[in-house]
Amino acid sequence: MPDTILVIVEQQQGKLNRVSWETIAAAQAIARDTGWAVEAAVVGNNIAAVAAEVSAKKLAKVYVLDALQLERYTPDAFAAALKQLIATKQPKLVLLPHTYQVRDFAPKLATQLGRCVISDCTGYRHDAGKLLFTRQMFQGKFSADVGFGSDAPWIATFQNGAFRGDKAEAGAAPTPVETFSVTLDPARNQPEDWFKEAKQAVDLTQAEIIVSVGRGIKEQKNIDLAQQLAAALGGELAASRPICDNGWLPMDRQIGSSGQTVSPKLYLALGISGAIQHIVGMKGARAVVAINKDSEAPIFEIADVAVVGNLFDIVPPLIEEIKKAKARS
Amino acid sequence: MKILVCMKQVPQKDAPLKLNESGQWIREDVSYEVNEPDAYALEEALRQKEKHGGEVVAITSGPARAQQVLREALAKGADRAIHLEDDAFVGLDALNTARAIAAAIQDERFDLIFTGLQSDDYGFAQTGVILAELLGWPHATIIMHLEKSDTGIRVKRELEAGFFQYVNMPLPAVLTIQSGINKLRYATLIGIKQAKNKPLRKVALAEIQSTLTPNLQKIERLYVPQKTKKTETLEGSPSDVAKKLVDRLRNELRVL
Repeated sequence: MPDTILVIVEQQQGKLNRVSWETIAAAQAIARDTGWAVEAAVVGNNIAAVAAEVSAKKLAKVYVLDALQLERYTPDAFAAALKQLIATKQPKLVLLPHTYQVRDFAPKLATQLGRCVISDCTGYRHDAGKLLFTRQMFQGKFSADVGFGSDAPWIATFQNGAFRGDKAEAGAAPTPVETFSVTLDPARNQPEDWFKEAKQAVDLTQAEIIVSVGRGIKEQKNIDLAQQLAAALGGELAASRPICDNGWLPMDRQIGSSGQTVSPKLYLALGISGAIQHIVGMKGARAVVAINKDSEAPIFEIADVAVVGNLFDIVPPLIEEIKKAKARS
Repeated sequence: MKILVCMKQVPQKDAPLKLNESGQWIREDVSYEVNEPDAYALEEALRQKEKHGGEVVAITSGPARAQQVLREALAKGADRAIHLEDDAFVGLDALNTARAIAAAIQDERFDLIFTGLQSDDYGFAQTGVILAELLGWPHATIIMHLEKSDTGIRVKRELEAGFFQYVNMPLPAVLTIQSGINKLRYATLIGIKQAKNKPLRKVALAEIQSTLTPNLQKIERLYVPQKTKKTETLEGSPSDVAKKLVDRLRNELRVL
């Protein structure tokens, strides 16, 4: 038996979470370097269709963990089911997408296995037979190469967007699908249905120009300055999480992992440091302009145009110049 | 309700960080502050106590400097504090940190343990979930609301893409609290004064060391991220910069 990489894909109500393809692509890349085989597992209830969809990819096997107690996610049932699969199949490496659901159960699963999770990775290195995982630390100011200090199974989660889902290689023939039976006790948590809060007033995903404010805006009354810039550009106003946490802008204008994911033509970041949770929501922008007084702010890593300086000095003349330029055209 | 709040001291948000000689950690001579998500966890604990009575206990692990986090918690209204005090706590992975906390509270009987969503330094987002597993308690993460129910508690979890979900769960339980769940209070002068007389128990590394193992994950190298994008930096006076930026917006990015 060759060593294997087990990818735990994520589905909700029979629909595959697209970020699962990224994790499969990551596993296939690691497999090319290591020679290991890639297997996948689907967890839920009545998930044959999802399993069939996953089996179209180039994999050695797809396991189906199908049980009534897995219909609605609970950490107890998911950890118990996957612990049984991992203990039986003994994969070398277990990979999961870094979703909210995975964050909820993966550390529990790892603890039950006497292992740890290297979480929220953006890539990996395979140097001299050693596998290292790259993750951001200190809010993106540093990257770290992290290795496992225990025997396999090793468990890691990949950040949304770390790999390209469309790079997940299709198989020549459908992958064999195998049912894996699990025994589950009743879960302690009793989850209710998913719901959305009152309709989202703004759909930032359609905006072509977004002016986004972060902590650098300092005070609520300064939001008006950003609003004027957005108006001059004909764009929408958005913000990083702390601004919405403070109530300075409504939550539906928040960009990032807990807010909206946008890909405008222009993303103008004002006083945003660029923590990972924010970056995942806007790195699809075609152009990023960042204004920040801290020259080491991580937002500059992904900026096309950088202005290191005080936004309160730069934005007022910028608004004037934009108005002049628009008047000329 | 008796609530434990796990809090951490992290480098200040805008503190300039430098690598140390080993290249595996930062130089520690920077300014520190309370990990912001933990401030929301503390606030929620204080609000629950105001509603239902009980006790709020703050715990941290870290060097002597980390005591400041506990002092702030006591000043805001926590009843007492526990400090796992040693420089070595900074280097523990999430599993060992959870073990240390579990060992430090083994003689206590809490109904709830709160942690922040994640820390601004490591960003594991794991310690609370692991702690629950070590204690044999249920947990729920990314909590935006919490109320008592007949059988335990009912919590509102934040999910992705704007969804939420209520979960009913028994006590005792561990919750990781989402930032923005409440509005933070400031410590009052009288609170700061009273904090000086509140109990603060210190736990030495030696007392809990037998529960720890070598870290299961190890930072081999810490470094400034490689740039993936070519960035043009605009310089000059504010009005020069404004002119240059408008030129780029118009002629290169073509959005004007």
